[in-house]
Amino acid sequence: MKCDRCDNEATVHEVTIHKGQKVEKHLCEQCAQEDGIAIQSAQSIPPSLMQQFTVGIGQQAQKANRSPSCTNCGMSYTEFRQHGLLGCPDCYHTFEKQLLPLLERAQEGGTDHIGKTPNRSVGALKRQRQLTVLRKQLADALASEHYERAAELRDELRDAGVDLSSATADADEDAAT
Amino acid sequence: MNGIDANIGDVWKEPSGEATDVVLSSRVRLARNLAGFNFLSRATRDDRRQITRIVQSRLVQSGLIDSLVWVDLDKSESLDRLVMVERRLISKQHAKGDEPRAVILSEPDERLSIMVNEEDHLRIQMMRGGMALEDAYDEIDAIDDKIESVIEYAFCPRFGYLTACPTNVGAGIRVSAMLHLPALKLIGEIDKVRRAAKSMNLAVRGFYGEGSEAIGEIYQISNQTTLGKTERDILASFSTGIMPKIIEYERHARRRLMENRREIVEDRVNRALGTLRYARLLNADEAIRLLSQVRLGVVLGMIEDLDLSTVAELMLISQPAHLQKVIGTELNQAQRRAARAALMRDRVASH
Repeated sequence: MKCDRCDNEATVHEVTIHKGQKVEKHLCEQCAQEDGIAIQSAQSIPPSLMQQFTVGIGQQAQKANRSPSCTNCGMSYTEFRQHGLLGCPDCYHTFEKQLLPLLERAQEGGTDHIGKTPNRSVGALKRQRQLTVLRKQLADALASEHYERAAELRDELRDAGVDLSSATADADEDAAT
Repeated sequence: MNGIDANIGDVWKEPSGEATDVVLSSRVRLARNLAGFNFLSRATRDDRRQITRIVQSRLVQSGLIDSLVWVDLDKSESLDRLVMVERRLISKQHAKGDEPRAVILSEPDERLSIMVNEEDHLRIQMMRGGMALEDAYDEIDAIDDKIESVIEYAFCPRFGYLTACPTNVGAGIRVSAMLHLPALKLIGEIDKVRRAAKSMNLAVRGFYGEGSEAIGEIYQISNQTTLGKTERDILASFSTGIMPKIIEYERHARRRLMENRREIVEDRVNRALGTLRYARLLNADEAIRLLSQVRLGVVLGMIEDLDLSTVAELMLISQPAHLQKVIGTELNQAQRRAARAALMRDRVASH
């Protein structure tokens, strides 16, 4: 979410009740300070609690430092987490490992695209996508014990020239998870 | 300027969709980025300029898609930008700043708008009055194909259409509907709808979009999942799975109110009508709240000399930027309150 006043990311969120109406403010730190919204300083947090947090942050930072920045745009994973926006298409490849759990959470478990494919990437991508859809449908059919449908899908996959032993293995693996 | 005036488009005036008693508008939005460029968080001013040039020459100047108008937002008047925000053609964020960015609008009804250099390079949006998401998707899908024939999108087989924010990656699709739910609010069941929507991973927003309160019992509901599902699945579960349930729930609540609390509803509707006819000062939120009651009155047959498209138009022209466009001069807040009340008096009383 962006700051109500400028283009920075909003990090201070204030909700007040004014004349019975809820008033929400979403500001960046600078605008919040200008607005006189007190930002609680770390000093007011009990040292013991603070230590717990900083230890965690330290570990996270170390982890993040270990992961390389995107070679194309220079975005680091820490930077991405601060703003929620990636720097370039290559970031998806660079941060694939870290992104997967985030995607799973945000996307109801979805980690693979099965939707539309650009026409221009000719047959290859489309075919790949169709196979992914068929595999998923096969896994679903097996999981829900719709064996007739599963058999049909297996035939379709076989017609598409897929090595069935691996397709079934994939499907079984998917069905089990 | 470039077709932005106070006249509202046919999308609002003559809803082509279903369930207009409950659904104000529905829309489908696709997020796309150009291959070979950084996303905007890492784009230079020059990148942004190049992107706008490519998009303008290949989509608009080439005549690829009929009847498009290009609007350079960094060179436009701020009032015009606010008019477009109020009409939901651009986002609030897109109205701000001085970076090279644009919006493409389809004339004359503005059902298609393409934001260039917003959070993603392209945000393609197709709008309908009432519920018509399949229709909107068919059209936007064809337009997406056309665009993709002249512009290479950032795409990878695993993650699909690559977007600046991973919450949009995959199909990059957002389907949404603007719903008018006054009866559910009145009988105190609106929170049930909110909870149910959230549990189905849908976002519920207020009248002004992200982070806003629901003014006038108007709610915007949209999908959040874009990865691991096909566009048609996302569309189907939204427009034939969830929406009909909410629409029927609101209709049921309206029937119950008419059976058990007709007087209360009639009182609210007519008080609202009376205020619009006689008030001397009105702020924008109050106007929306009153028009919301009037809309309910029109749907329930309590008001016969107004129709839904007039109410939709009044909701729009009661907004600050539209109001100033209609009046034809810039007004401060106090002046707007008086001008708004005068406009409403005139438009509502003349019916």
